[in-house]
Amino acid sequence: MPNLSFRGGDLQRWAPLLVLVALVVFFSMVNPNFFSLKNFARIGISATPPLMIAVGATFIIIMGSIDLSMEGAVAVCAVVFASIFMALGGTLGGWGWLALPACLLVGAACGLVTGAVHVGLRIPSFMASLSMGFVGIGLSLMMTGGDRIRVEDPLFRSLLTQRFLGFPLMVHVAFVVLLFAWFIQSKTTLGRNFYAVGGGEDLAHASGLNVRRVRIAGFALAGVFYAFGALFAVAQLGIAETATGYNFMFVSITSIVVGGTALWGGSGGVWNTLVGVLIVNVINNGMIVMGLPRYVQDGVLGLLVIIAVVLSTDRKSLAFVK
Amino acid sequence: MFELRKVEKRFPNVRALKAIDFEIRQGEIVGLVGENGAGKSTLMKVIYGAYQHDGGEVLKDGIPVRFENPRQAMQKGIGMVFQEQSLIPNLSVMENIFLGFEQQFVKLGVVNWKKMAAAARFQLAKVKLDIDPRIITAKLSFAQRQLVELAKVLTLEERVDGDLVILLDEPTSVLAKEEVELLFKLVRELRSRAAFIFVSHRLDEVLELTDRVYVMKDGEVVDHVVSAEASAESIQRKMVGRDINKEYYREEKQLPYDASRVLVELRNATVPGQYSNVSFQLHAGEVLTLVGTEGSGREAILRTIFGLQKLVLGDLAVKGRKVESFSAEASVASGVGYIPRERKVEGIVAGMNVYENITLSQMGNYSRFGFLRIGDEKATAKDWIAKLSIKASSEMADCGNLSGGNQQKVVLAKWRSGGSDIILLDHPTRGLDIGAKEDVYEMVRAMNADGAGIVLIADTLEEAIGLSHTILVVKDGAIQKRFDCSAGTKPSLFDLVHYMI
Repeated sequence: MPNLSFRGGDLQRWAPLLVLVALVVFFSMVNPNFFSLKNFARIGISATPPLMIAVGATFIIIMGSIDLSMEGAVAVCAVVFASIFMALGGTLGGWGWLALPACLLVGAACGLVTGAVHVGLRIPSFMASLSMGFVGIGLSLMMTGGDRIRVEDPLFRSLLTQRFLGFPLMVHVAFVVLLFAWFIQSKTTLGRNFYAVGGGEDLAHASGLNVRRVRIAGFALAGVFYAFGALFAVAQLGIAETATGYNFMFVSITSIVVGGTALWGGSGGVWNTLVGVLIVNVINNGMIVMGLPRYVQDGVLGLLVIIAVVLSTDRKSLAFVK
Repeated sequence: MFELRKVEKRFPNVRALKAIDFEIRQGEIVGLVGENGAGKSTLMKVIYGAYQHDGGEVLKDGIPVRFENPRQAMQKGIGMVFQEQSLIPNLSVMENIFLGFEQQFVKLGVVNWKKMAAAARFQLAKVKLDIDPRIITAKLSFAQRQLVELAKVLTLEERVDGDLVILLDEPTSVLAKEEVELLFKLVRELRSRAAFIFVSHRLDEVLELTDRVYVMKDGEVVDHVVSAEASAESIQRKMVGRDINKEYYREEKQLPYDASRVLVELRNATVPGQYSNVSFQLHAGEVLTLVGTEGSGREAILRTIFGLQKLVLGDLAVKGRKVESFSAEASVASGVGYIPRERKVEGIVAGMNVYENITLSQMGNYSRFGFLRIGDEKATAKDWIAKLSIKASSEMADCGNLSGGNQQKVVLAKWRSGGSDIILLDHPTRGLDIGAKEDVYEMVRAMNADGAGIVLIADTLEEAIGLSHTILVVKDGAIQKRFDCSAGTKPSLFDLVHYMI
């Protein structure tokens, strides 16, 4: 279903993928070590949590809204997961596995609250989600008292330590979750409704859609993906704390935009976001391989967003940009 | 002093203005009338610089001019008072008056508000409006805003050399009777300062205020009369006078409706400020047309039936069941389909393809537990593409790239395929070429034959008469007159116009 995954003109549709290929070629020429399975696995690991989070936020952006609550949501999910996990014995082998669905439910609940605040109180999604993100960070700090919770169950950590085809398990699991997201996007009424709301909210309303319900459902769904991101982030570091959520906001929004999903909604999709996340992580990884300092990387990422918006979107049709 | 000679304006596929001759002398008040779509607004836009003519000449004081934008027209003394009020509501009155021309009050980058307020007061005095220019515009009444707009245009007096021409576009449509009289008195007094072009649907007002009247139809000036010698009837005849081609509206296919099956019933429906005491029944197989000028309340009635606007008094019953909670969702579920006027904005989602648009209102029929059956969706879309001969490369084509007529067909397919049998059509043929219009008429008849009832707001009066079984003339939010339009007993245009204006 290429036309469901990528919407927009042909060149614009493929531009992000071409950029990704060009970047890989470029870094490989600068440093041949870049082009190795080991390095790709490294990119895969670093890309997995942001991919989950960006996929969740993609649905929101397709609706023409924005969600900035991910850092708080991830922190809450990570801390709740670790607390329940440790309380139930601290291993997936025992009752600890119950912490996994609990974490996803907590994510959905976080999103539900953000969505309800946005829709119910008629607060712009930007402001509602940003505020709820801070609430989440505060909540997670309150739960941990600022401490770290160590999650050292070898079975859970096998997401990182066990490899299959050269990549850790978490990369494979994340790919399955991505397929699930694609299924929602292309094969369910909810996914179609996201595009309808983003493409023409008035019209969607005039076609009898309950736009408010779609919006709230979108935020709740995004929350589930944030929870997946939190799980992978905890598996990666073996630690759950408030700081688990840090930095995901900029990276995920950047990835979505770089991947070609328009910020005003109605176009793009989860495959775009996959490409976007890979572009961002390839650049980060490539600059490390090249030996550039951290601050250069941040600057490059910022510029990248602007370039991506210029290249990948048709701005002529916009009368006003707010 | 301002003259148009053989002015032409073309758009893709349409010759909007055909060799327009128009003249206005100093201190004169000239009327401009015509039906919707006659070319009035295009002509006005050429005059105030929003459009550029592409044939003929525009002369100001005998010198050919060409305005690239409204600001250039203003610099030549031509200003426009807009129908839909063009003041920015969150700014103060004085800021609105001098919007874009604040430079005269700025010294070293700082605005001298006192000076601006004094200047604004001077302008407001010209229109006899005694308000504080610092007040926020949103707090003014409609009539006051209209005067502020006029004051804004009158600032040209100080700014440009030569005489002013001021266009008034439907200035009375939102005013009460006393306010209209005040406005007319003011305009007459201002003749010493400017010439006026007065555009209105209300012929009695046009004849009362103006010296001469230009009558437009189909992009041409068909007549030009001196107001004192003209009658409203003769002007009406010129505005609409054209033979109605019965075949064009598929009158031979107009069947009697089924009076025993009432689809929609309104009883004493009232929404304050929009319409009051509206009662009618829509039957299966009937086309019921609401005729009236813009803002007469006909759109609001449609919106109520579709559930977008709640009734304050009275009842709405759909298929015998009284509507308690007004929502688009509930209306769609009970079989109401709405085809709005702005297809690009409200009719289709441009980024979505044909089958996605067609099933948008009825995804429940194409899904189980929230999972879509895309194969079925595509089959339905293919079916309707063939049935309505929609010109699209396939059911996967992006609707935004289809022509207006084909977009309209997609919208119709959306409602028809979902089994809607109460169809609300708001200007379904606006902007379509003749062939596409005929397709729409054909579809209207086909829907009737299937037992659907249609509430129509027509683009022209001929269309209303040609398509309808019943016409209700709406004026100022009330039904003035009901006409039976069964084939063979159709009323004439003049019968209708008489009750409209």
